[in-house]
Amino acid sequence: MSAPVSLKPHRGAATQAEAARKGAPSGAAASLEVEGVSLSFGGVKALRDVSFSVAPGSITALIGPNGAGKTSMFNCISGFYKPQQGTIRYNGEDITRMHPPHRARIGFARTFQNIALFRGMTVLDNIKLGRHAHLKTNILDAFAYWGRAAREEMELRRDVEERIIDFLEINHIRNMPVAALSYGLQKRVELARALAMHPRILLLDEPVAGMNREETEDMARFILDVKEEWGTTILMVEHDMGMVMDISDHVVVLNFGEVIASGLPHEVQGNAQVAEAYLGAGEPAAIKEKIHKRASVA
Amino acid sequence: MLIGTAKHSYRADEALLTTSPQRLWMAILLIALALAPLALDNYWLYLACLVSINVASATGLNILTGFTGLVSIGQAAFMAVGAYTVAVLEARTGLPFLVNLVVGGAVAACVGLVVGLPSLRVKGLYLAIATIAASFILHFVFVNWQSVTNGNSGINVTPASLFGVELTDYVHLYYVFVPITALMVLGAANLFRTRIGRAFIAIRDRDISAEVLGISLLRYKLLSFAVSSFYAGVAGGMWAYFFRVVTPESFPFIYSIFFLAAIIVGGMGTILGGVVGAVFMTLVPELLRFAVEWLTTIFPNAVTALSPIRTIVFGALIIGFLIAEPKGLAEIIQRIRRFFHLWPFRK
Ligand SMILES: Nc1ncnc2c1ncn2[C@@H]1O[C@H](COP(=O)(O)OP(=O)(O)OP(=O)(O)O)[C@@H](O)[C@H]1O
Ligand SMILES: [Mg+2]
Repeated sequence: MSAPVSLKPHRGAATQAEAARKGAPSGAAASLEVEGVSLSFGGVKALRDVSFSVAPGSITALIGPNGAGKTSMFNCISGFYKPQQGTIRYNGEDITRMHPPHRARIGFARTFQNIALFRGMTVLDNIKLGRHAHLKTNILDAFAYWGRAAREEMELRRDVEERIIDFLEINHIRNMPVAALSYGLQKRVELARALAMHPRILLLDEPVAGMNREETEDMARFILDVKEEWGTTILMVEHDMGMVMDISDHVVVLNFGEVIASGLPHEVQGNAQVAEAYLGAGEPAAIKEKIHKRASVA
Repeated sequence: MLIGTAKHSYRADEALLTTSPQRLWMAILLIALALAPLALDNYWLYLACLVSINVASATGLNILTGFTGLVSIGQAAFMAVGAYTVAVLEARTGLPFLVNLVVGGAVAACVGLVVGLPSLRVKGLYLAIATIAASFILHFVFVNWQSVTNGNSGINVTPASLFGVELTDYVHLYYVFVPITALMVLGAANLFRTRIGRAFIAIRDRDISAEVLGISLLRYKLLSFAVSSFYAGVAGGMWAYFFRVVTPESFPFIYSIFFLAAIIVGGMGTILGGVVGAVFMTLVPELLRFAVEWLTTIFPNAVTALSPIRTIVFGALIIGFLIAEPKGLAEIIQRIRRFFHLWPFRK
């Protein structure tokens, strides 16, 4: 459909070098391993002994019926929930108990199932916030807005404009308050904010939920571009099977808090247990048919 | 990309004042402020100094409550800390008065850090109650820490002096206070062009996603308290040099409410809001007093009725403006601005 967006390589390289100089994550791919994670809320066992891993530079989809525990898993990975058991490793380092702001600094970024933008702020300010952890301006610089603060803000603005806003094609809305945008655009701005963090691993909770066909295709293309051009590792929760089958390298299926299958998209698609989890037991061929229908409707 | 690639186009777009009318009005305002003492009598100069002090403090509270979303009813207590610090320094050291003001701000900021600790656990009304409690504790300290505060009789403050001139006249004080306040307001405006100001707003709007972006709630909530109290401390220091005596009753609890009202009436979370709110709350009662005096010359028999009416009218004005524009006077000003658009540059 629309022309592929390309990041100008020289500019990308310059910014990466600059990021490396500042000690910020360079965008190099990261790996994630979840090992035996269990989480319960009172009596509700949201996650039971969940293990899976996300390969560097891949797109991994976490799927499963409503209430399967996908968002809970995300919240463990981003540090809001502390699992009662198990470990989460990032590039081999145990991060299970690390605070969320610290995770942001080492390269985590995420979007939320129910969009968590700052509604009163403009698109531009929302995106700039993504860069927070990598900026150095201190309170005295800020009051004077002189020297470092001004320079840093200018660099930030250029980076946001040229790497993010151009890339996600949101030039026309940069000065609009987020609250005035359509749902689809808000999801895109949330992705923009996450990308501004220059993440090494990106967690997307239902990136295309509630979007129309065209918006979904755009978003799928952006996610693929992020993987291919930035080399970012991506873990996404998604109900849209068409999109999951199209763009993911690896699929993990959760049901009632347990991993019931994982593998390549087509392997998972053909798995009878997965079909049962989604649609109830029945004739495997008919179920497969149903899944295909679902995928094409979605 | 924005109009071309030139770096300066981003710079222009990120400037505080982006249009020519804005710059023109700001220039007019600054010239008016510089020349005002030529036109004002002593009483109005007194009021102008008071407005300046209140603007500084209200701007500080707006950073905390309007921009960071942490409700505080303790601003006057932080002013008192600044005022006492200045009074003590003035009495016991020979430090220049500008240094005293900064130290007053710094001490208030430290107290603010401690008072801000509950904000890590509680929000909204609960936090407001905690700041009220802190106010009463501070009051207790002012009354009882005899050796430093001189208890209920308070401390007399010698006049500030700058370049050998004693600042006793309101004109002198005006020319010192107004630039200080202007710098403080400018500093606050600058703050919100950087990551720190954005982090404050992020915490106000949605603290969970703020954390995901790497914003430490602990650090920024406390920083907001410290900055806000610093403003209060400097304002309190100016207050001390202005009234020249500091007692435990100098900063009553109602004064904290005054500041909360000022930012609500002016507009929470806008720099302009803190400024116009403080001007409104300080000057309108005076204007009403003049109106009443004028009316009593016409209706000499109505004196007893008119003076309470003044208070009622003041209250009604506040309510009226809030109903007309819940976002405050700053929003009304913005609306007028949009109405005239680019006037006087419009063709
Ligand atoms: N904070 C919480 N307190 C109590 N129970 C919770 C909490 N969060 C999630 N749960 C429960 O944990 C289970 C898993 O919920 P979760 O939100 O992770 O599912 P999900 O797979 O993301 O579902 P959906 O597809 O609907 O988004 C559900 O039974 C839910 O009710
Ligand atoms: Mg969910």
